[in-house]
Amino acid sequence: MFVEHDRGAVVPAAFEALTFGRALAVALGAELHAVTVGMPADAAATELGDFGAVVVHQAHHDLLTDYGADASADALADLVGSLGPAAVVACGTDRGNEVLAQLAARLDAPFVANVLPDDLAPHVPADASWELTRVRWGGSLLERTTVTAPVKLLTVALHAVEAAADASPAAGEARPYTPAIDPAAAVTIVRERVERQSGQTLATAAVVVGGGRGVGSAEGFAPLEDLAAELGGVVGCSRAVTNNGWRNHTDQVGQTGTRIGADVYFACGISGAIQHWVGASGAKCIIAINTDPAANMVMKADYAVIGDLHEIVPAITAAIRTGRG
Amino acid sequence: MPAPGARINVTADGQAVDTANLGFTMSPHEECALEAGLALVEAHGGSVTALTLGPVDAEEQLRYAASLGVGAVVLVPIDDLDWDPQRTARAITTAITELEAADGPFDLVVFGNESADSGGFQVGIRVARAQARPMVTGAKGIRVEGDVVRVQREIDGVQEVYELPLPAMVGVKEGVNLPRYPTMKGRLASRKAVVNSTPVAAAAGGQTMVHLMPPPEQASHLVVLGEGPAAAPAVVDVLVERGVL
Ligand SMILES: Cc1cc2nc3c(=O)[nH]c(=O)nc-3n(C[C@H](O)[C@H](O)[C@H](O)COP(=O)(O)OP(=O)(O)OC[C@H]3O[C@@H](n4cnc5c(N)ncnc54)[C@H](O)[C@@H]3O)c2cc1C
Ligand SMILES: Nc1ncnc2c1ncn2[C@@H]1O[C@H](COP(=O)(O)O)[C@@H](O)[C@H]1O
Repeated sequence: MFVEHDRGAVVPAAFEALTFGRALAVALGAELHAVTVGMPADAAATELGDFGAVVVHQAHHDLLTDYGADASADALADLVGSLGPAAVVACGTDRGNEVLAQLAARLDAPFVANVLPDDLAPHVPADASWELTRVRWGGSLLERTTVTAPVKLLTVALHAVEAAADASPAAGEARPYTPAIDPAAAVTIVRERVERQSGQTLATAAVVVGGGRGVGSAEGFAPLEDLAAELGGVVGCSRAVTNNGWRNHTDQVGQTGTRIGADVYFACGISGAIQHWVGASGAKCIIAINTDPAANMVMKADYAVIGDLHEIVPAITAAIRTGRG
Repeated sequence: MPAPGARINVTADGQAVDTANLGFTMSPHEECALEAGLALVEAHGGSVTALTLGPVDAEEQLRYAASLGVGAVVLVPIDDLDWDPQRTARAITTAITELEAADGPFDLVVFGNESADSGGFQVGIRVARAQARPMVTGAKGIRVEGDVVRVQREIDGVQEVYELPLPAMVGVKEGVNLPRYPTMKGRLASRKAVVNSTPVAAAAGGQTMVHLMPPPEQASHLVVLGEGPAAAPAVVDVLVERGVL
């Protein structure tokens, strides 16, 4: 298990991947080892033990000042050489996929991105091809795939596994090591960073008011802004909107935009193309507002109001204000 | 790639997306990769080459690239619909090596962060490694300053900046720029563009597709709250029930 962390803070997806890794280790009859790259992550060893890591390999090296894909992959490749694991697993985040692809390139081995946890045991014999399910098309299509290699490299699709600590925690025995890292890896280590802004993001907002081509113009978003403000939420949009230059891409919900996890998502004037849906479907409740009662967004929503969004959205805002008195 | 609408249908044998009623398109990250190249050339001079590995029909996308002002378009033709990521990367590496042998090295090779259809998250990285060039993926900003490309990306709200010496490779995400549309003149000229077909042999890798399948369908539980503004109070009730009011 490659454990992704940001300056020592283990990312939530890494615990999902650890939970997957534990199940995989059971299916293989193998031990689960974790790897953390860089000293700031040393403190995580106990917690990684709680998630089933019997050993935590801690890569220490002067070059490991911050995250770097090449340096991380070098550190992993070193360990693959000395331990000969059956598999190397990471979480399917930007960094996780990047590091495993770099490792795969070093080993000239296949790499299966965004694997689902279903039905592992019968399909992962210790020394032959494995058959796995992976996510394609941003989640709107699945692929059964075989992977044939001495060491299988995989990432676990985000939110596909619920992170759970091990019922009987493992030792999490810390084993520091100094990997051989190519000095050229220094080039792809983070140079500068700007810390996260406080406040709501599209990915984490409790309410998202989304608008599509049906909004008609950049100015047409003003009533959606009002509704979002009234509910303490943020505005989102479809790709038709960003392509028209009505809103910035940071507001785009979907396969090539942001996946939201809102309690309520308003989809106003959005047809519900599959690439939009995979970004919206994480919302717990979807309210579609559309002139077309047969629109895909309407059919897939929890609730719908049929009609012109330019009339309906301001009416909802007004009704909320009336309710507040 | 095919451009599906409300759903993606799989052929009966499970080997491909059923494209019987679908058009084809360039995927979003790659459209932005092309735009990045065009914008850099406008600012710094030089030329852009667009390359794709795919069936002969992919020429349509290369012509689109030509209509935007790309100098040279290269097709690495394959008979199948898809090659596995290792094989694709090997073939693209060979094709780039051949192009560079003829015309000199590319300062920058721009990839999409991941292909929208196969989503392997690896082809660019494999090519970069094979060419011994530094690569950063997920780029939301690219700036060339002298011999260095500054790449900015976002990881969970943190903005990271990288500085890679040229020649380098970068994987971009949609949002890095807003791709231009072709002009009428560009469209006309692209009809005459010569597609340089470069067949390349490459060994298969260790991952093989067995079949595609749709994800499990979610059952519909739609409640229509009403028509027009009169439905507003019913919406408010839902918001209260869901605890956001
Ligand atoms: C690889 C790939 C990735 C993609 N990634 C994304 C992505 O991340 N996010 C994304 O959104 N799209 C994405 N797309 C694009 C996607 O396929 C659709 O083209 C896009 O989502 C359509 O946007 P839309 O629903 O706003 O527009 P349309 O499909 O044109 O729908 C407009 C809707 O508005 C309704 N309407 C019109 N007027 C009104 C009115 N006055 N009141 C109420 N309703 C009205 C119409 O009935 C219709 O349903 C991607 C496409 C590809 C090929
Ligand atoms: N057949 C191909 N032709 C050209 N470029 C490709 C091809 N497959 C993948 N790529 C490039 O590699 C990136 C990553 O692809 P993937 O590893 O499939 O996610 C894509 O965004 C493209 O830029």
